[in-house]
Amino acid sequence: MSSTTVNITSLTITEQVLKLVKNSLAKITNAVLLPVIGISIFLFLWSITAQSIHTSLGDFPGPNAVVKQFSSLYFEHKTEREKAIAFYQRQDKRNAAKLAKNPDYNAKIRAYTGKETFLDQIITSLVTVTCGFLAAAFIAIPFGIWMGLNKKLNLALNPIVQVFKPVSPLAWLPLVTMVVSALYVSDDPMVSKSFLTSMLTVTLCSLWPMVINTSMGVSAINSDLLNVSKVLRLDTLTHVNKIVLPASVPMIFTGMRLSFGVAWMVLIAAEMLAQNPGLGKFVWDEFQNGSSDSLARIMAAVVVIGFIGFLLDRVMLQLQRKVSWDKSSVNA
Amino acid sequence: MNNIKRTGPEKSIENSFESSFENIANNVFLNISQVDMVFPTPTGGFTALKEVDLQIDKGEFISLIGHSGCGKSTVLNIVAGLHQATKGGVLLNNKEVNEPGPERAVVFQNHSLLPWLTCYQNVELAVKQVFNKTMSKGEMKEWIEYNLKLVHMDHAMHKRPDEISGGMKQRIGIARALAMQPEVLLMDEPFGALDALTRAHMQDSLMEIQNELNNTVIMITHDVDEAVLLSDRIVMMTNGPEATIGEILDVNLARPRSRLSLAKDIEYNRLRSEVLTFLYEKQRKVASISSKATAPQGSLPKQRVNAK
Repeated sequence: MSSTTVNITSLTITEQVLKLVKNSLAKITNAVLLPVIGISIFLFLWSITAQSIHTSLGDFPGPNAVVKQFSSLYFEHKTEREKAIAFYQRQDKRNAAKLAKNPDYNAKIRAYTGKETFLDQIITSLVTVTCGFLAAAFIAIPFGIWMGLNKKLNLALNPIVQVFKPVSPLAWLPLVTMVVSALYVSDDPMVSKSFLTSMLTVTLCSLWPMVINTSMGVSAINSDLLNVSKVLRLDTLTHVNKIVLPASVPMIFTGMRLSFGVAWMVLIAAEMLAQNPGLGKFVWDEFQNGSSDSLARIMAAVVVIGFIGFLLDRVMLQLQRKVSWDKSSVNA
Repeated sequence: MNNIKRTGPEKSIENSFESSFENIANNVFLNISQVDMVFPTPTGGFTALKEVDLQIDKGEFISLIGHSGCGKSTVLNIVAGLHQATKGGVLLNNKEVNEPGPERAVVFQNHSLLPWLTCYQNVELAVKQVFNKTMSKGEMKEWIEYNLKLVHMDHAMHKRPDEISGGMKQRIGIARALAMQPEVLLMDEPFGALDALTRAHMQDSLMEIQNELNNTVIMITHDVDEAVLLSDRIVMMTNGPEATIGEILDVNLARPRSRLSLAKDIEYNRLRSEVLTFLYEKQRKVASISSKATAPQGSLPKQRVNAK
């Protein structure tokens, strides 16, 4: 009797283990195997097609060429850094020697002026896009809340928002450039004009999705919650802080994610034309450079741009998960 | 009639028929006076309420019952100040009601808790707003916890609304309303969304709380048993448009009431069948226009008609 029970339990245990293995196998297949297959097919098709496209700058780069460029870009970065370190060491030595000779000597310290490496350019791009995006959020979210609260304001401004929303950054850029040149005049500028131009273009383009989503989120707040606020006679500030803002956080974040995506796309175009030393400029310079490596280097930049865009979206998603009370509204 | 302890002396005077004129006088606690409500529609005004007139004493528990769409909620919203009556108005302590306020706390049908706050914080928001100047921080904390204890929710006060059941959410909603120490508690089908067992449980809790606090309550309900069990008076409304008060039924059942012993009570069953008769014979929802025209006002039995 007891042995049969043991048998049954052991059977169920093995069954359970089997089930578990099956389930985890299915999970692994879904999470790892399928994407790997997809990527492999893509790489295969890419290398096949690349071989048959001949441009004036040589063959279109396949995956191999791009990987090679990645390592060469990294190598360039390292050598550039070593040069910089060597430069500063030489400078320090020279200054020390001069000071030893003449204690009153006013040592000049000059910054290294080598060209930006690919990694520097990535960082410049990230800084620019973040600044532009934050400036947009700073304007768009309060404005969107105001529009959501005030139906008349919403009706008055909605046409303007709708018209400006689809405007390409390339259309804004000349205007922004001229306005920045005219207004941003300073002998000792804190940031370069090209940075400001790219940043403002990013701001102008990423403003609208945030305004629209925020105002939509605010105007769609459950009327029962608004009634609660009325019964409690909350003043406007408490009303916004305690009811409106938390209630519309999911929509605000949806808008912010959309905007950040737009901002990153816009940035590359803006940097190309404004010559802000970021990824856009890198692509443009390589294109103008026209060496046999150029296309592979541009392709490497394309991959990096895509990856960073993806990562930025993930970061926003995590932020949204952390801030939002409504976990069901947070979808990848 | 002497055994209605709970309602106090002024109630028993009100119940005697000589004083019916006093109802119209200005010393009524809550006076819903000749209220008309017309909603604008593209095709002209829609008259939802016509000459709704009701006087309520302090400490009275009133149920509003009627078919869906008869304007019960509109009456409640006008008392709450969320709607403005087109004609007539509401006086609370001889002061006109024209905006919402915490002295007329509302328990909403779907609880309306702020989902991003814990139960405690939901009540706290109300308490901070109402007792900001009169209570210290410690007193507020005590008062919030007292109210949560009153609805038996002190064990889950740091949970979020989505972590507790529907009945529990409604308890928190009631605690929030009670914590405002309202002069009138307005309840819009507070238990309508709950299952029958939970509802019965909530009704018992509400009776227990009423026993302790003796609030003035207006409650909307669809449930005949609930109305008879909880109320001092049941206000039955005719079907809209132009809905008004059809009959008012006094419920003179001794308190505390128990649903089990009342189930066999003759008076309880008589009251129940009165309400059912009103709802399903006199105000049948499928009624043709003729029955609607004959039912209200004219042919009413001995019950108190809305004072006119």
